[in-house]
Amino acid sequence: MIEFFSETFLTAFIVAVLASSIPLMLAAIGETVGEQAGVLNLGIEGLLLIGGYFGFIGTLSTGSFWIGFLYGMLAGIALSIVMMVLCVWLGLNQIVVGIGVILAGTGVSSVLYDFNFASTKPRLGLDTPWRIPFIADIPVIGPGLFSQPGMFYISVIIAVLVSIWMYRTTSGLRLRSAGQKPASLDAAGGSVLRTRSFAVLFGGAMSGLGGAYLALISAGTYTPGMTNGLGFLAIVVAMLARGRLTWVALVSIIYGLFIAMGTVLQLTTLDIPIDVVHMMPFVAVLIVLTLFTRRSALPPALAIPYVRGAR
Amino acid sequence: MSGDVRLDDAGPETTAIEAARPRERSSLARGADILIRTLTPVLLALVTGGIIIWTMGVNPLEFYGDIFYLGVAGTGWQKTLTAMAPLLMIALGLIIAFRAQLWNLGYTGGYLLAAAVVAGISPDVMSVLPFGVGVIVLFAIAIIIGMILGFLPAFLKARYGTNEIITSLMVSFIAISLANILVKGPFQDRDVTVPQTRVLPLDMMLPYIPGTRVHVGFIIALVAVIGFHFLLMKSSFGLKVDILGASPKAATHAGINAKKMIMIVFLLSSGMIALAGAIDMMGLWGYMRTNWNPGYGDKILPFVFLARLNPLGSIPLVAFYAILATGGTIAAQQAGLSVDFLLVIVALILIFMTVIEFMGNRRDLGKSYLPAGLFKSKKAEASA
Repeated sequence: MIEFFSETFLTAFIVAVLASSIPLMLAAIGETVGEQAGVLNLGIEGLLLIGGYFGFIGTLSTGSFWIGFLYGMLAGIALSIVMMVLCVWLGLNQIVVGIGVILAGTGVSSVLYDFNFASTKPRLGLDTPWRIPFIADIPVIGPGLFSQPGMFYISVIIAVLVSIWMYRTTSGLRLRSAGQKPASLDAAGGSVLRTRSFAVLFGGAMSGLGGAYLALISAGTYTPGMTNGLGFLAIVVAMLARGRLTWVALVSIIYGLFIAMGTVLQLTTLDIPIDVVHMMPFVAVLIVLTLFTRRSALPPALAIPYVRGAR
Repeated sequence: MSGDVRLDDAGPETTAIEAARPRERSSLARGADILIRTLTPVLLALVTGGIIIWTMGVNPLEFYGDIFYLGVAGTGWQKTLTAMAPLLMIALGLIIAFRAQLWNLGYTGGYLLAAAVVAGISPDVMSVLPFGVGVIVLFAIAIIIGMILGFLPAFLKARYGTNEIITSLMVSFIAISLANILVKGPFQDRDVTVPQTRVLPLDMMLPYIPGTRVHVGFIIALVAVIGFHFLLMKSSFGLKVDILGASPKAATHAGINAKKMIMIVFLLSSGMIALAGAIDMMGLWGYMRTNWNPGYGDKILPFVFLARLNPLGSIPLVAFYAILATGGTIAAQQAGLSVDFLLVIVALILIFMTVIEFMGNRRDLGKSYLPAGLFKSKKAEASA
C-alpha cells in the first residue's frame, strides 16, 4: 500500500499534475492566439503529434532536450505554413483544412515512427531539472515546483509574456481586432493578412512545443497517436478561456489534476478502469460547456476568411 | 444562352447585369469540369504520396499496382464492396450534416459505441427473436444510440449556438471510452483471454448476396444512400436543409424553424453513422475487441467533400477509397509501411482539393454576392 499524503507522494503528485497540464497549456495558448486573431486552428492534434515526433527525433539524435524542443517547434511551424497559406492567404475553409492538418500530422508522424523505430522503440532519459536555489528546499512544493526541467519555467514565462502581449501592447490589440472586426483593423492601417499569418505560425510553434513537452518530459518517449484527443481539449480550453491566459493556465491545471487523480485512483484498491480515467476530462469539459455555454464565447470573425470590401 | 429572358423593356441596370452574367455552359462542359475538379486532387495526392514512399525506398508504381490488384482482382472486389457498406453509411451521415453546415465530427464515437453495443447484445437478441425482427431491433438500437450521442451537441447548437465541432468531438471521445468499458466489462466473453465480445454465429449474421461473399448490408447502405439522395436533392426537406446551410438567419426569415431543423439534421446524421456500426458488426465482424478503431470517418471525410455533398456522387468515391483501403492495408504491410500511410494520402487529397476548388472559383470569389455591373452604374451615376 502506498503511503498517501507522505512528502514523496505529494511531490510526485505535483510533478504528475504539471507533466499533464503543460502540454495542454502550451497548445491552448497557441490556439487562443489563433482564435483571437480569427483563425480557428482545428489541426492542433496533428501539430502536437508532429511536434512530439520531431522533438523526439531531435533529442534522440543529439541528446539535448533543448534541440528536441527546437525541432518540435520548427515542425509545428512547418505544418502550420499549410494552414497559413490555405486559410489566411487564400481564404479557404478553415474547418476542412484543419481536418487535413490533423490527418496529415497523425499520418506523417505515425508512418515515420513505424519506418524508423517500429522494431527498436527507443526511450529517452530524464532531462536534468533546474533547481532554483533555496525555494527548491521547501518541503513538498519545493521539489515539485522548483526543481523542474528548464522547459517548464520557459512555458510559464511564455504564458505570462503572451498575456502581456495580447492585452498590453499595440500588436496585441491588432491581433484581437483581427478576430473582432478585421475590416476595422484594415481601415486603421494594420494588415489582417500579416496579423493572422503570424498568429497561425505562433499557434503552430506553441503546439509543436506542447507536443515536444508531452514526448520529451511527460512520457519520455514518442508513441504514434499518443495525444489521445489532447489537441481537441486544447481547442475547448481556448474556447472556455475566451482569450484570458490565466483561465487557460487554470483549466490546464485542473485537467492535470484530473489525470493525476486518475493515476492515483488506479493505484488504490478501487480498481477504476483506465478508460474511465481517459473519459473523465472529456466528461468534465462537456459538463462545463453545457452549464456555462454562452453565445458570445468566440470572436465574431472566427473562422471567416477576410476578403477586403466584402460585406 | 437564356433565350427566354426578355430584355426588351428592362432598365439599363438589368441589361448591364444580364450582359455581364457568365454564359450558361452545356451540361457536358459542367460535367467535365466537375470530373476534372474531382479527379485532379486524387491524382495529385497519389503522385505526392508516391514520391513520399519512393524516398522511403518503396517502389510507388508497384505499391499502387498492388493496391489496385488486391482491392479489385480475384476476390478483392468482394472485400471492397463489403468495406463499402459502413463507409457509405458514414459518408451519408456526414453529407446530411454538412449540407446544413453542421460540422458533426463525432463520427468515431458514434460508430464505435453502436458497434460495441450491437456486438455485445446481438448473440442474445438474435437467438431470442426471429431473424428479421432481430436485425430490425438491433439496427433500431444502433440508430437510437447515435441519436442519443447526437442529442447534446444538437441541443446546445440549437439552443445556445454552442460550436458543434467541439461538443460532438467531446461526446465522441466519451463514446469511444464507453465502448471500451462495455467490451471489457459487461459484454466481455469470459471464455477467451483477449478482451472481446462473444462471437455472433455465422448463421445469425446478415446473409450474403447470392453468388457472392458480400453481405446484404451493402445493399441496405446503397438503398439508404439513394433514398437520402432524393430526400436531400428533390424534396422540400432537402431544400430546407440547404437553406439552413446557406444561412440560418435566412432560414428563419423564410419561416423555417431553424432550431428544429438543426435537431432533426443532427440526429439523422448521427443515427446513420451509428447504423454503420451495426451493419459492420452484423455483416462483417461478428465481434468487437477493445481499442479497435478502423477510423472510417476520418478517412472518408475528404471524399464526402469531393462528392460535393451529393449522396449519389459519393458512391464512386467511396468505392475508390474502399479499394484503396482494402488493397492498401495489405500492400502497406507487404511493403513494410505503416497502415497510417493511407491517412497521409487522404490528408493530401483534402488539401489539394481545397486548392483546386480555390483555383476553380477564384474568378467568381469577389463577384458571387455582388450583382454584376453594380459598381459601374454607381460610378456612372456619380459622374452624371
